[in-house]
Formats: sequence, C-alpha cells, structure tokens
Amino acid sequence: MVSIFRRLGSHSSRTSHVAADRLKGMQESVWVEFIRLAQEVKPVNLGQGFPDFAAPEFVTKALSDAVTGPNVLLNQYTRGFGHLRLVNALSKLYSKLLGRELDPLTEILVTVGAYEALYCTIMALVNPGDEVIIIEPFFDCYEPMTKMAGGIPVFVPLRPKKTHGPISSADWVLDPKEFASKFTNKTKMIIVNTPHNPLGKVFTRSELEMIAELCKKHNVICVMDEVYEWLVFKGSEHIRMATLPGMWERTITVGSAGKTFSVTGWKLGWLYGPHELTRPAQLLHQNCVYTCATPIQEAVAVGFEIEMERMGTPDSYWQDLIETLEPKRDRMAKFLTTVGMAPTVPEGGYFMIADFSEIGSKVNLDSEQGTKDYRFVKWLSRNKKLQGIPPSAFYCNEHKNLGEDYIRFCFFKEETTLEKAEKIIVDLKKSLT
Amino acid sequence: MSSRTSHVVADRLNGIQENVWVELIELAKEVKPVNLGQGFPDFAAPEFITKALRDALKQPDIFLNQYTRSYGHPRLVNALSKLYSKLLCRELDPLNEILVTIGADEAIYCTIMALVNPGDEVIIIEPFFDIYEPVTKMAGGIPVFVPLRPKKTHGPISSADWVLDPKELASKFTNKTKMIIVNTPNNPLGKVFTRSELEMIAELCKKHNVICVMDEVYEWLVFKGSEHIRMATLPGMWERTLTIGSAGKTFSITGWKIGWLYGPRELTKFPQLLHENCISSCATPLQEAIAVGLEIENEHMGTPESYWRDLVDTLEPKRDRMAKFLTTVGMAPTVPEGGYFMMADVSEIASKIDLDAETGMKDYRFVKWLCRNKKLQGIPISAFYCNEHRNLGENFIRFCFCKEETTLEKAEQIIMDLKNSLL
Repeated sequence: MVSIFRRLGSHSSRTSHVAADRLKGMQESVWVEFIRLAQEVKPVNLGQGFPDFAAPEFVTKALSDAVTGPNVLLNQYTRGFGHLRLVNALSKLYSKLLGRELDPLTEILVTVGAYEALYCTIMALVNPGDEVIIIEPFFDCYEPMTKMAGGIPVFVPLRPKKTHGPISSADWVLDPKEFASKFTNKTKMIIVNTPHNPLGKVFTRSELEMIAELCKKHNVICVMDEVYEWLVFKGSEHIRMATLPGMWERTITVGSAGKTFSVTGWKLGWLYGPHELTRPAQLLHQNCVYTCATPIQEAVAVGFEIEMERMGTPDSYWQDLIETLEPKRDRMAKFLTTVGMAPTVPEGGYFMIADFSEIGSKVNLDSEQGTKDYRFVKWLSRNKKLQGIPPSAFYCNEHKNLGEDYIRFCFFKEETTLEKAEKIIVDLKKSLT
Repeated sequence: MSSRTSHVVADRLNGIQENVWVELIELAKEVKPVNLGQGFPDFAAPEFITKALRDALKQPDIFLNQYTRSYGHPRLVNALSKLYSKLLCRELDPLNEILVTIGADEAIYCTIMALVNPGDEVIIIEPFFDIYEPVTKMAGGIPVFVPLRPKKTHGPISSADWVLDPKELASKFTNKTKMIIVNTPNNPLGKVFTRSELEMIAELCKKHNVICVMDEVYEWLVFKGSEHIRMATLPGMWERTLTIGSAGKTFSITGWKIGWLYGPRELTKFPQLLHENCISSCATPLQEAIAVGLEIENEHMGTPESYWRDLVDTLEPKRDRMAKFLTTVGMAPTVPEGGYFMMADVSEIASKIDLDAETGMKDYRFVKWLCRNKKLQGIPISAFYCNEHRNLGENFIRFCFCKEETTLEKAEQIIMDLKNSLL
C-alpha cells in the first residue's frame, strides 16, 4: 500500500502516511480477538457480557409495535439529542432518583450505547495534554478514547485488601494517598465506574466522597459510568455521584438501555448532567452520528414508562433481574471456590473475576501467547471449550501484571450454560489432581 | 489549575455550533407547516423491511437482541458484499472491506477522523451536505471549497446544468490535499455526476495522491435518463476510494440510522478502528432486518418487483409535479436527475415580499417568512455553502418531494395562493 501511494508525485507537505495520528497505537480491542476465537471454537461462552436468554418481552414488543404501528414517522429521523418520548421518560425517572428536576432537552443526551456517551464526553471535554484519571481495572474503551482525544491517561489501581478467605468486590479498594497523588494541575477528568466492571464493586458513599473531595479541590470533571446501576445485590446500594454535595455541576453520568433491559444489541445509552457539560457532548454527537435510531428510542421509552410504574413492586423487571442473577452469582462463586479458583464475589453487575493462578500453575500454557491470563483464557477456550475474558485487558501496559492471575466470567447466562461451565471446571480440576 | 486547559470545552469544538436546522425545526414545531424541509418520507416504510424487524424480534435466535460483530453483523456484511460485488464487478470482502455504521453520518465521521490530520486539506464541492465541514474542522483539517455553478440562467434548468469549472477544480488540489468528498447523486441539487465528470475528478486524485470519499447514499434514486456511476469502478480508483451508503435512503427508513462504507482494506481498516473505539457496534436487530431487505431486493433487482424500481417510479412524477408548480409561480426549479430534493430560485418571488420581519441571509428570511406566513417549510440553501460563498446559495430554497400526494397537493395549493396574492 505504501508503494502505491508513494509512486505518484511528491506530496511531502501533507501527512504522507494514510492514517490520522489520532489512531496511533490503537489496536484491535480485546473483544475482536475473543469474539473471533469463540466463533472458531464455539465454547460455553462466559466471555462477553450479555445474557444468553431472551430479552424481556415488554421491550421487544414495544420495538415491534413502534416499527409496524400506524405512526409512520417512528421509522424516520427524530430529534438529534434524543427522541422526545425517551428524554421525557429519562427525565421523569432520574429527576426522582436525583432529587432534582432534570431538564429533558438541555441536560440529557441520548447516544449509541454508553460507548458513544463516553466517546462524546471525552472528545468534547479533553484537550491534548489534559490528564484523565482512570481507575483500574477499567472498562477497556476508557484508555483509547482518552488517547484519541490527545489526553494523557493516568492510572490508579483498586487492590484487594485481603489475600485469603472469601473476597468480596468491597475488599478491592483505592489507597487514599496513592489516589490523591494522581491529581495534578493537568487533571481534567476522572472516570469512575460503579457498579464496576469487571470487579462488581459498588463504591460506597465514603469512597465516592473521597473522590468528590479531590474533584472539587482540583476542579476536575467526574465522569460516572453507571451502566449497571440497576444490578445491585442485597446488602449494597447504588449511590449516584451527581447527588453528592457540590458534584452536580461537575458530573456527567452515563447509562445504558442495553444493561437496563437486557438488550445489549440495541446499542442505546444516555448521559445526563449540567448543561455546561452536556452541551459540548451534544455538539460532538451532532457531528458524529447526528441522531440515534427512532424506533429503538421509542421502545426504550415505553420500557421505562412501564418500569417506572412498577419500580419497587414485585412486578419490577429490575427486581426480577436481581433475584435471577443473585443465585447465579452465588452458584458460580461456589463452584469456582471448590476448584481452587478464588473468586471475588461482586456486589453488583454480572461479572465475576477469579484468581486462577493455582490451577494455572498446573497447566502447560506454552502453546498460547500473551500475558498469563490471555494464555489461560485461550487455552481454556481451545482445550476445555469454556471462554472467559482476560482482565489484564483492563489494565494499562505498566500494570498488566496486576490482572494476569485473573479470569473474568459473565454469570448472566441460562442455568444450562452455567451447569455446563460448572461441569467443565470441575472436570478440569479432577484432571489436574 | 492553570496548566491544564482551563476552560471546559475541548478545542476541537471551537467554532462548532448547533446545526442550521435547529432554528427551523423549532419554528416548525411552533407553526406546524406543510413540511417539505428535512429529507424523509412522510409515508410508511416498506412492509418487507418493518416485517423483517418484527420477525427478527420474535425469532428463537435471542442473540439478535445482543451485541454483534463490531465492524458489521455477519448477515448484513454478507448481503452488502453480495450486492456490491455484483455492482463493482469485484469480490468485496465482507469482513475486511466493509464497515457498518450509524447511518452515513457516522461513516463520514469515521472516514474523516481516521484519515485527516491537522493541516490536511479536504476538498468539498458546494453546495455540500452540512456535516462535511464541521467534521473536517474537528479533525483539524482545512476545508477547501469549490462550487458547482449553473451554466444556464434562463429556461428549464436540470441538475446536469450545474457543473464544476475544470480549471478552478484543478487549482484546489495542492500538496496538502488529503481527501476530496463527492456526493452523487447530490444533495441538495440532485445532480448525478457523469462518467466524464467523475473521470476529471479521478485524474486529479491520482495525480495528487488524494483519497476520494464518495457519498452515494442516493445511489438507488436515479431518474430516467441518468445513470449512477460508482467512482470505485473507475480505473485506478478502487485503491483510493471509500464509498458510503445508507439503509435509511435505500429502504425509506431514515430513522433506523444504519449505513456503511466500503473500500480497499488498506483504507477501510482505519475507519473500522475508529468506529470500534467510538461506537463499538451497531444495533443487531436493525442490521438483521436490513440484511433481509437486501437479500430480497437483490433477488428483485431489475424486475418489476424491485422496491428501488418502485421508489423511482413513485418519485419521478412527484418530481415533475413539483417542478411544474414551482415554475408556474416563478420559482425557477433545478430539476434533479436523482435524489429526492429540488432546489428552486426564489429571487423573483422574494423581491415582491417584505422579508424585513425576519433575520439572516435572504434565503433564511424567505424560508422563515414562508413557514410563518404561508405554513410551508423548505430549507435555505446558503446553509450548504461555506461562509465565504453563502451568497451563492442565498437565492435558493430546497424542497423535499418524497412526500405523500396529499402533502404535495397542500404545498401546491399554498404556492398557487401565494402567487395569486402577489399579482
């Protein structure tokens, strides 16, 4: 390709290579590699985070109705910053939860999944040279998005404060001094994910307050990735940073219809915050995708209207989801423990990480490449037909060692899937004794 | 905190404003005019597509509601590959030479952001679809504008009469030129670039080593007497061309926001990478339904069952009807060879009206006046020109004729009444 482009005339004044600099260092994401592997091997797939059972009917029916119904305009362009019916529903829901009136037109942006919400937020607010604090392990897109904006990611890890006995995601904590040291006069933004992927950690009020104090002290924008906000298990409570004193004006919060209604393939999300912060994200969105899919927004709006009516009642879908997931979580934690993979029991979300190092040390991983966890995940997929995700993908290059003893499993799966996974794990253990 | 950029907003948004339609959309909400403004049909989307989505949702394959492949759902990229391989006369690799995007908008965004560096020049032909300029600027690129101009001022004008000046076009290519964006069939003109026009552009691209971005979203909407020609099929152009398409325009479902781009792997891989880090993946059930639609249309192409044939047969008389009533009232239309927009010169009629109550350029004032006073909405054309060339557009208004007969009847009535009131 280079030769094709160089043989014709001289063009040394314009950037002579093809790709823009902002793509430097970008590689295929961890997902692309592992989706490909799964397609090849067809394992019991506990890797990527989505359910393997049907999405709730009240939502899929709403989409079907929107597309085939009498209102033909539901198949045509809608409002760029968010379909009215949806932003009104989001406003109604979050106004209640935030204890403040959320303006549907100026304080909300509907996006193509939480992914685009994060992208627009970062690209709209981060300049080259700005520092962005990212808490590790992190959802993998935070780093490349920060770099694409020319920002400098600054990483600070959560660390388990226990090494023995049952570990909860609550045991993974920030070191206050280390954390404070990351804030400099170049810090523009911090990204916090609660409930957390992959740990399942639900940040406590005092942990959020610690972050809030530093944000206020250093005038930093706080980006809260709260996509798993409805998936919090007994004993924990999801707290919204935007409700903490002094934080509304500097916080953008991101949500996801995919996680809310188990329709990850619908790719619809949103962000909300003060107009000063949502406005730049809205402008970026306008130039990136312009508007999101109308019928999908209509269906998600209907879903919210229905769920809002039954919130806190036994008919609540979110309540049902938690009651479905909690025993799955406990079952997985149990069978992983039985085989010597030490799990971190999550307080929220639908992922579980487990320390496989004991079992990993008994297996020959030489045929695979990469960090230890990459090699174990690939070996496990190819040889035992069980797929997870390697958490070192959620750490910066310098800290990959912090993740390399772990594997991440998704437990948002049918009972039959979990049974198969359990059997594979138990057989694996037997084969190694 | 003086070392970090002390203001909140990133520099790449400097000069970026809410787009020009927002004011007009607000006005429309207030006035509720007969809306010939924004480009979408006011009649139902074809049933075979909406049914395909309904079926996808009911299917036992529950994965149709979960994440699919980042660069494009396999069934859809396979359908696109089959369709375009035929039309391009080359095997289009579904995995490496196609990217599915959130409408053509995101295809343009990813293409520009993935390939344009600060300082790179991007040639944009005016009048241009409005996002080309802000996205080029956001990438740090320098937009370089060159207008199409009507070579006739009297008598019936076709979009074919709007042409580039070859010397002027050639003068825009410098050693900083990275890319040119060409829209055919063109919005708002409806111009369908001829083979020799495309060859002229192609020669310059090859000479100056420029990437050619072809916005071909209206590729199926070409009227009798014209032919849509794909730049990617011209000699020496495959390797330097990225072509963009749109399900919204293809199947009259603008609200589904699914589009695509295709080109050589050496170019496609960059927007793929950007897309992966921006959107991650597009909606699965929508992609599945569109794949089904393409499979059906692929079978019907060239036959009387073809939806695209039917769309053209439906739109052509609407085009002719609109051209007629606009001419009758002294709004000189440019009759489009393709697409579903028509531009008309309103200077004669506007000169008879007091537009002082409105603000902005002449075409904006006329559009707002027409909306407020006559309840008919169009789009002002100066919005499709760069700041320096807005005067080239200020005599024109754009109307969309992809509307129900009843809508067009109402529009016609309003226009005739307007004419009568001015005699």
